[in-house]
Amino acid sequence: MYVAVKGGETAIRNAHALLAETRRGDTSVPEIGIDQISEQLTLAVDRVMSEGSLYDRPLASLAIKQARGDLIEAIFLVRAFRTTLPRFGYCEPVDTAQMRVERRISATYKDIPGGQVLGPTFDYTHRLLDPTLAGTTTEPPAPARAETEDGAPMPRVTDLLGDEGLIEAAPSTGEYPRDLTREPLSFPADRPLRLQNLARGDEGFLLSLGYSTQRGYARTHPFVGEIRFGEVEVELFVEELGFAVPLGPINVTECQMVTQFKGSSAEPPKFTRGYGLVFGQSERKAMSVALVDRALRFKELGEEQSAPAQDEEFVLSHSDNVQATGFVEHLKLPHYVDFQAELDLVRRMRAEHTDPVHGDARQEAAE
Amino acid sequence: MGAEDLSAKDAAAAQVAARQAMMGLFAHASADELNSAVERFRPLPPIHDLRPAEVGLAMVRGRIGGDGDAFNTGEATVTRAAVRIEGGATGVSYLLGRAPERARAAAILDALWQDTALRPAVEEALAPVRERLAAEELVAREKTEATKVNFFTMVRGED
Repeated sequence: MYVAVKGGETAIRNAHALLAETRRGDTSVPEIGIDQISEQLTLAVDRVMSEGSLYDRPLASLAIKQARGDLIEAIFLVRAFRTTLPRFGYCEPVDTAQMRVERRISATYKDIPGGQVLGPTFDYTHRLLDPTLAGTTTEPPAPARAETEDGAPMPRVTDLLGDEGLIEAAPSTGEYPRDLTREPLSFPADRPLRLQNLARGDEGFLLSLGYSTQRGYARTHPFVGEIRFGEVEVELFVEELGFAVPLGPINVTECQMVTQFKGSSAEPPKFTRGYGLVFGQSERKAMSVALVDRALRFKELGEEQSAPAQDEEFVLSHSDNVQATGFVEHLKLPHYVDFQAELDLVRRMRAEHTDPVHGDARQEAAE
Repeated sequence: MGAEDLSAKDAAAAQVAARQAMMGLFAHASADELNSAVERFRPLPPIHDLRPAEVGLAMVRGRIGGDGDAFNTGEATVTRAAVRIEGGATGVSYLLGRAPERARAAAILDALWQDTALRPAVEEALAPVRERLAAEELVAREKTEATKVNFFTMVRGED
């Protein structure tokens, strides 16, 4: 237990000044700008927006700078900032079928309407360090351009399977989703609530859980039906106007995982699905979310519970890295009173161990 | 309901759709673009700030599987403003980001646009934005198109 302490003000003030100096580093090196972080460390910014659960590039960039590149600290800063702002309302759900696609791939069909476009990806790179990037004056060669048609939206791959009835339909109850930022997490959590939790969950935690399902802990035999990344329009229904106002574009990554089938005496077998949608370009996270989303559906799909990734209370209670880091790191705070009690206890037990007769008496006195 | 009611309803819906499209354009425009559009209408009548630009949050939603039940994905910062032009309409703006200057300019343009006499001039003032967005989108699409792949499935086996 933590008991409040007083004192140390000067030391704390000095430590923070030292932090500021250390953050700046060698002053003969130019200071990094928010715009540089936003433009050149884009995926770090995306991660902070996604796990900070707040879409705002300049703000996430500032947080990364302030946190010295510690992304969990940056996420913490963003979460703290959002509590200072009023909520204007809930947006209309984004339509990913209308996405201005910058990348779209499928591992299930090689020929899909609209084609497969790689976009800006690390895939198929050789993972060799590039010494030319160590300089500061390299301008990358202009990427190739190819003529394109009208830019018609690309249909979702799951719709292709859906047309033949080979895959389960997306659930559509028309219910208003619960909101984790308005009510505490409670169990059982329905799928919309789980997806909100996973969308802001720690990438590393979800990656490990997703990986565990592939290694046999709640195997679902997944295929990437489709991953797409690009820009979608956000709209907010404004009461005073009586219509939805377009707010502008955001980048999102969507993963449709096609997984092992389910059938019954009443219904022929069909593929099931796992889904992930996250802010920014973050395929690893979107895929992990989709794997974990699917694992968490075991009960609904009549599967056996056998693995951590299926345990919703375990998964959802430990996915949030701000909560996790808060509880783990609070151990650093002074626990002097608490520890003193434990120290006394150990001393008494040791005394009892070496001197059982008088030890007993002491034990009784202690109780 | 008579035919006249229906056509009045259609006209109202068309008006809303046109206003939404303009608001969408404002949301994509930079502060400079919006300010220079406002400049065209100077001298402006006095403008009352009904709601000075204010930053807040909107919860972004997705749908399970892309087309199923809605779920909350995460919040985004939004700036809103409302102005009334003396002797004119009330203009409202909502746009992504923390951008009070952009939001106020967008609200002024929204108010001006609602005046049918000024509407063509507002749309003309925003034409460069429309052109820039179309040009940028084309370039982005062409670069993406150049990364389109054709995978061939190789036949494995002895012969």
